Amino acid sequence: MAVTLDDVRHVAHLARLAIPEDQLGTYVAQLNGILGHMEVLQQVPSAGLAQAADASLDGMRTRADQTGAVRLEVPREQNAPAMRDGFFLVPRLATHEDSGEEA
Amino acid sequence: MTSALLDLGAGAIGAAVRDGRATAAAILDESLFRLHAIGEGANDLHAVLHAATPGLASEPLTSGPLAGVPVAVKDNFCTRGLPTGCGSKILEGWMSPYEATAVRKLREAGAVIVAKTNMDEFAMGSSTENSAYGPSRNPHDPSRAPGGSSGGSAVVVAAGIAPIALGSETGGSVRQPASFCGVVGVKPTYGRVSRFGLVAFASSLDCVAPFGRTVDDAAFATELISGHDPHDATSSDRPVPAMRVGPGPLTGLVVGVPKEYFPDSLDPAVRAHCERALESLKAQGATIREVSLPHTALAIPVYYIIAPAEASANLARFDGARYGLRVAAPGVQEMFASTRAKGFGPEVTRRILLGTYVLSAGYYDAYYRKAQEVRALITADFAKVFSGGVHVLFTPTTPTPAFKLGAITDPYEMYLSDIFTVTANLAGIPGLSLPIGRVKGLPVGGQILAAHFDEPTMFRVAYALEEALGAEAHR
Amino acid sequence: MSAGSWEMVVGLEVHVQLKTRTKAFCGCSADFGDPPNTNTCPVCLALPGALPVLNEQAVALAVRAALALDCAVHERSVFARKNYFYPDLPKGYQISQADRPLATGGRVALADGTRLGITRIHMEEDAGKSIHDRYPGMTAIDLNRSGVPLIEIVGEPEIRSSVQAGAYLRALREVLLYCGVSDLSMEEGSLRVDANVSARPRGESAFRSRTEIKNLNSFSNVERALEFEFARHVRTYEAGGTIAQQTMLFDAANQEVRAARSKEGSHDYRYFPEPDLPPLVLTREWIEEQRRTLPELPAARRARWVKGFAISMTEAEVLSADQELGAYFESVVASGGDGKAAANWVMGEVLAALKETSQRIDRFPVEPARLAALVGLVKEGLLSSSAAKTVFQAMRSEALEPRAIAERDRLLQVGDDSALEGWIAEVWAEHPDEADRYARGERKLQGVLVGFVMKKSQGRADPKKVNQLLAARATG
Ligand SMILES: [Mg+2]
Ligand SMILES: [Zn+2]
Repeated sequence: MAVTLDDVRHVAHLARLAIPEDQLGTYVAQLNGILGHMEVLQQVPSAGLAQAADASLDGMRTRADQTGAVRLEVPREQNAPAMRDGFFLVPRLATHEDSGEEA
Repeated sequence: MTSALLDLGAGAIGAAVRDGRATAAAILDESLFRLHAIGEGANDLHAVLHAATPGLASEPLTSGPLAGVPVAVKDNFCTRGLPTGCGSKILEGWMSPYEATAVRKLREAGAVIVAKTNMDEFAMGSSTENSAYGPSRNPHDPSRAPGGSSGGSAVVVAAGIAPIALGSETGGSVRQPASFCGVVGVKPTYGRVSRFGLVAFASSLDCVAPFGRTVDDAAFATELISGHDPHDATSSDRPVPAMRVGPGPLTGLVVGVPKEYFPDSLDPAVRAHCERALESLKAQGATIREVSLPHTALAIPVYYIIAPAEASANLARFDGARYGLRVAAPGVQEMFASTRAKGFGPEVTRRILLGTYVLSAGYYDAYYRKAQEVRALITADFAKVFSGGVHVLFTPTTPTPAFKLGAITDPYEMYLSDIFTVTANLAGIPGLSLPIGRVKGLPVGGQILAAHFDEPTMFRVAYALEEALGAEAHR
Repeated sequence: MSAGSWEMVVGLEVHVQLKTRTKAFCGCSADFGDPPNTNTCPVCLALPGALPVLNEQAVALAVRAALALDCAVHERSVFARKNYFYPDLPKGYQISQADRPLATGGRVALADGTRLGITRIHMEEDAGKSIHDRYPGMTAIDLNRSGVPLIEIVGEPEIRSSVQAGAYLRALREVLLYCGVSDLSMEEGSLRVDANVSARPRGESAFRSRTEIKNLNSFSNVERALEFEFARHVRTYEAGGTIAQQTMLFDAANQEVRAARSKEGSHDYRYFPEPDLPPLVLTREWIEEQRRTLPELPAARRARWVKGFAISMTEAEVLSADQELGAYFESVVASGGDGKAAANWVMGEVLAALKETSQRIDRFPVEPARLAALVGLVKEGLLSSSAAKTVFQAMRSEALEPRAIAERDRLLQVGDDSALEGWIAEVWAEHPDEADRYARGERKLQGVLVGFVMKKSQGRADPKKVNQLLAARATG
């Protein structure tokens, strides 16, 4: 599966990386070069092994429902690019209807 | 006096401070003096990004096993007082509001954090050339790489600035620079040391991994930072065994030699040093047995799918909204994209693209799922060998000694310098690299791998080898 | 085709906020309404190096909800990262569950007996809040809600009308309220509904392309929005058009559904197992323990009442609509109150009193045992129903036994013959004419005479006995 210019453009968008058009070509070549070395994996019979590996893991340790978060020793404002009235400020969304992403 | 003291092991320095033969402040000053000696002019090794201010340790540290011991910390650990930037522009100047568990444990043992060390950006690299702040240089030949991604910490220990330094491993990032710089590097079992406060690269592979000038320093550091942490759901609650086991006879010990780690392409000098090390182990009573880890060749492809995939998500939080760099843009999504494009260097960008691609619709099964399955095969290779009566494996740490800065331009060729180390990260087993000799003045590292949570046996062999090879390892 | 020949197909996705003290993956307080970003820590701010650790109470509540909805709870489930960039999603991914959810295959039972399927229930974390209209040109982010535990309940596309969608949501809400896993308030956002709707000609078995409606802020708006959107689908098909799969937004102000400005780029969430969290492993024993400790659920409770207390299903529904009201009713019956009568009192006088003072039943001054005693007095004929109402009103302000109040206020019915004969004698004396005609057989005057006697006794005379005694005089 060769990576195309459109693939890289799409992936760069998904990853929110504003890569200049003139650099995309380099990444196409490099990704194809690297992924070329991955093809060898397709020859390995391995079906179901991931499930088996997962089943071998112990269950996770959980925490009690008790307040006690790690304290912040540096005020949020000191590291925040923009903060007002305790809110983090970011540029307005193109359209705030796009809060379409559900929780 | 202090100057000589700093050349002793961490244990001896701590003892001297505890019974008042030296002060933490004086030792810190000596450490900072040496730090500046390698940090200036022609002999700038560029190992350090941020150094402690003298007198930082003025409040007398007179207790704890590491009382007054200077310790350097890789720039991807959250620390108090010193910035945490991961060798990246996107996090430049960030002051962490909390402290990594491993760092806290060292401080509580009495250690003084002397510096934050240079690294490949977000630990993505094998030479420290991917640091946004310029490469570190190898103290044995400044025209060569110290290895990476924890190069800065390796250099600091090799240069005698600190007996102990923290690095991190995702795919050999401590063992490889340890071998290039002639120091000891330890990758503990996955889950042995809390990752809380270690800025994530690839969560299922990342390990806190210490450097020591000697095996004892490395064992000391490993022992002190190990143990369960309620803030890391992947940290193990197994009891922490004593790791400073010291040298002793190896009678009854079976050392496996995986043939896949000794390819024809292996540098003949490196092979020769490994054979000499094996002779010495045999001489001390160990049985040498050739074994096979048939899926070794697949480790690099598997690693370069899993690590970038996890990284693509782990690095999504660097979006300019709450901390770090922000590049102004009219809309928030545009701000994200411009900030990340400017803040991340080429290797990080490349890996985020790669990781996003292998996870994206239509490719997940062919790449990510497949890689996880083959990862299980690699893990099973080790399990088979260790359950078959082999106690440890001995291999070269790297195929060659330190390479020249700028010598490797093809990303994949660079990835191959981790070919002998990534397997332990994929399998989650402990590994250690220690100096076993020199080639034209460049250190050569030997690697000891052990079964899950069997650091004591790994250290036992390391102590024995270190004592047997002694000064020769550094000649 | 007429609209009637089209069938609505609806599947609902419901997000429910679990009632925990702290967030899903960190020790921050889960209540919001606090000053912005004050309930945040390295984990829920997604600071570099921070790691999630799962809240065990969130797991317990999620499992109890799943069991109450007849789901199969899995002993092994896996958390996954759902990747997308949004300013109120600090990590750039939401910790959720994908191909190995906590529970699968449940159902919601409606009052009419219909059972509607639940595909799956999975655990996930909430995002923060984006406030778009507070600062010009800027979006303000509050992460107090970031990391609060949710369950997502994905329903099968088995709902066939907007009314049924409303019934599904009310039944679901009632069951979860009984389990105490959440406040389930749409106003406060602890219950959120997204609706997937499509239309197809009746008899067609295949599903046509669906649209998803978001921003639904009340059950009635869900029903309305479904009608609007269904009608749009039908119109489109009948005009020979096609429906594109897309996200729609309900505009409560203008009561309309319109297309959301579609996000550039496809929804490619790149799910993969969350490497910071090992699999969630639950023992069968623990799961069964959760099942054992579930409260009686509304449907079972209603069935038990109808069977045991001889009340109607409609009455049972009124009484079980509020869990505490049901409990009050039960203890009235338990303290000896007749089931049917107790039901009438609780649905009548008690609910009216609660409404009047907008009180909650758990604060209601009339103890169940006392109401039971009042019901008893009426049953024994010691209080007329009107007198009983008077006593009940008094009991709301005075912590006294109903009998004590009745005696003090001389409301008890008088049934002993001498007293009654006394009154009758007076009536005979004061109304000789009627008395005489009655005695001579003019039976129709009995009612009049009873009235005189009741009046004399200020309503306390037992009308039954008065009738008997008068009858005796007539024949005597
Ligand atoms: Mg959801
Ligand atoms: Zn928090």
